[in-house]
Amino acid sequence: MPVTALALPTRRQEDWRYSDLEALASLWPLPAPTRINVATGETANHHLLQDAADGSAAVHDYVITVADDARCDFHLLNIGGKLGRVTFAVTLGARAHFGLHGAIIGGGDQTLEIITSVTHAQPDATSGQTVRSVLGSRATGSYLGSINVARDAQRTDAFQSIKAMLLDRTATANAKPELEIYADDVKCAHGATVGELDKAALFYMASRGMDPATAKTLLLRSFVAGVFDDMPDEALREQFEAAAIAKLESLV
Amino acid sequence: MLNIDNLTNTIDGKTILKGLSLTINAGEIHAIMGPNGAGKSTLAYTLGGRPGYDVTGGEALYDGVNLFTLEPHERAAAGLFLGFQYPVEIPGVSNLQFLRESLNSQKRARGEKELNGGEFIRLAKEKAALLGLDMDMLKRPVNVGFSGGEKKRAEMVQMGILDPKLAILDETDSGLDIDALKIVGAGINAIMRKPDKAVLLITHYQRLLDYVKPDFVHVLADGRIVKSGGPELALELEREGYAEVVAA
Repeated sequence: MPVTALALPTRRQEDWRYSDLEALASLWPLPAPTRINVATGETANHHLLQDAADGSAAVHDYVITVADDARCDFHLLNIGGKLGRVTFAVTLGARAHFGLHGAIIGGGDQTLEIITSVTHAQPDATSGQTVRSVLGSRATGSYLGSINVARDAQRTDAFQSIKAMLLDRTATANAKPELEIYADDVKCAHGATVGELDKAALFYMASRGMDPATAKTLLLRSFVAGVFDDMPDEALREQFEAAAIAKLESLV
Repeated sequence: MLNIDNLTNTIDGKTILKGLSLTINAGEIHAIMGPNGAGKSTLAYTLGGRPGYDVTGGEALYDGVNLFTLEPHERAAAGLFLGFQYPVEIPGVSNLQFLRESLNSQKRARGEKELNGGEFIRLAKEKAALLGLDMDMLKRPVNVGFSGGEKKRAEMVQMGILDPKLAILDETDSGLDIDALKIVGAGINAIMRKPDKAVLLITHYQRLLDYVKPDFVHVLADGRIVKSGGPELALELEREGYAEVVAA
C-alpha cells in the first residue's frame, strides 16, 4: 500500500540506526535516487560537496551501475546540514572498478552519514572505499558499508578503509564494514579505527610555537588531505580542500 | 636570562625535581650532566611545559617573566626552544609546512610580519645547508623515516629557522656518529654562540662538549644540582664516573 511505502523509517532498520529521523521528516518522502550508468569500457568521475545550510536536512541517494571494463570514481565531502546523508548502491560488471573517496567533517549536533552497498556481480572487479571522519562537539558520523560478492564474482578485490578522529568526548563515530561473500576466490580487506589527536605531536608543535588551534588544524588537514589527492580536476580539488579546511577550522 | 629557584615537580604524583636551582645568563653555554633517572629530561620537559609535568614548588623566571604562567607555544614565541631527545614523528605534515606554521605562529604572537613562501624557503635552504641536511628531507613528513642522526640534524635546522634566545637541548648528541656530532656541534655554535643567546645542554657524555665548549658544567643527581664547575668538571666526570664525583 502506498501509505506504508511513505512511512518514515525507524531505528530498527539497520541503515537508519544512527540517523536523525526527526530531521529526515522534513524531507520525507525522498525523491527517486540519482542514477549513474557507466557504459562498457568508459571512465567516469563524479563528486558531491554536501554543504547544506545549518539546521536543514539533505539526503542524496545514488544508484550506480558500472558495466564491464568500466571505472567510476566518486569524491564526496559531507559537511552540511543537521542531517547529511549520502547513500550508494553500486553494481559492478566484470573487470569493473568503483572507488569511493569520502570525508565527513561534523560539529554541533550534526548527523552525517555515508551508507554504501557495493555488489560485485561479475568476476575480476575491484572496489575501494576510503572514508575519513572528523567529529567534534555532539556530532555523529557514521559509515555503514556492505560489500556483497556474488557466487560468480571470482577474483573480486575489495577494500574498505574507515578512520575517524574524535575531537570531543561527546562526539560519536560509527563504522560498520560488512562483507557478504558467496564466491571462494576473493580478496576483501577492511579496517576501521577511531582515534584522537596525537598528544605527543600536539606538544611537539606547541614547543615550536604553534597555538593549539593551528596545531590541531594542521594535524586534521593531514588526516583528511589524502582523500582528495587524486581528483583529476584541479579546480574542483582545490574547492573541496578549501571547504574541508574551512570546516575543520570551525571545529578546533 | 633564566633563573630557576628551588624548583620541585611531580610526574604521576612522583617527585622528580627536588629543589633545583640554576642561573643562566645571556652569552653563556651551560651543560647539565648526570646519571640516568637524575631528572635531566624532566627538567627540560618541565621548562618546555609538557602536560603532566606538574610544578609543585619554586619558580623559573625567564627574562623576568614567570615561565610557568605561559603556555608551551607562548614560551616558544618568547624565544625558548626545546630540543627533543626523541623528536616526534608527524605523518602527513611536511617539515616545511610544520616549520613555516611554527615560525609564522611565533611571529604573529610577537606582532611581527610573517614570512611569505619564497622568504621562508630561502631561510630553510640556508639553515638546512648549515646542518648538511638535504632540502628533499624537509619536504618529507616531520621525522617520519628519519634515522636517529637525521632527526637530530632536523631538530637543529628547526632551531636555526626559529632562531631562539634560549635553547634547552635534551641529549641532542644521542644517536649521532662522530661526523654527525661534529656537524651538529658546529650548528649549535653557529646558531646559538652569541652574546644575546644562551644554551642549556643536557647530556650523558663529554663528547658533545668537545665541539660545544660549555662555560659551566653542572652535575644533576636525584633531582638537584649537586656540583657545578667549569669545563674541567665534565672531564673529571668522564674519568671518574658520576658516583665518585657525586660522593666527593
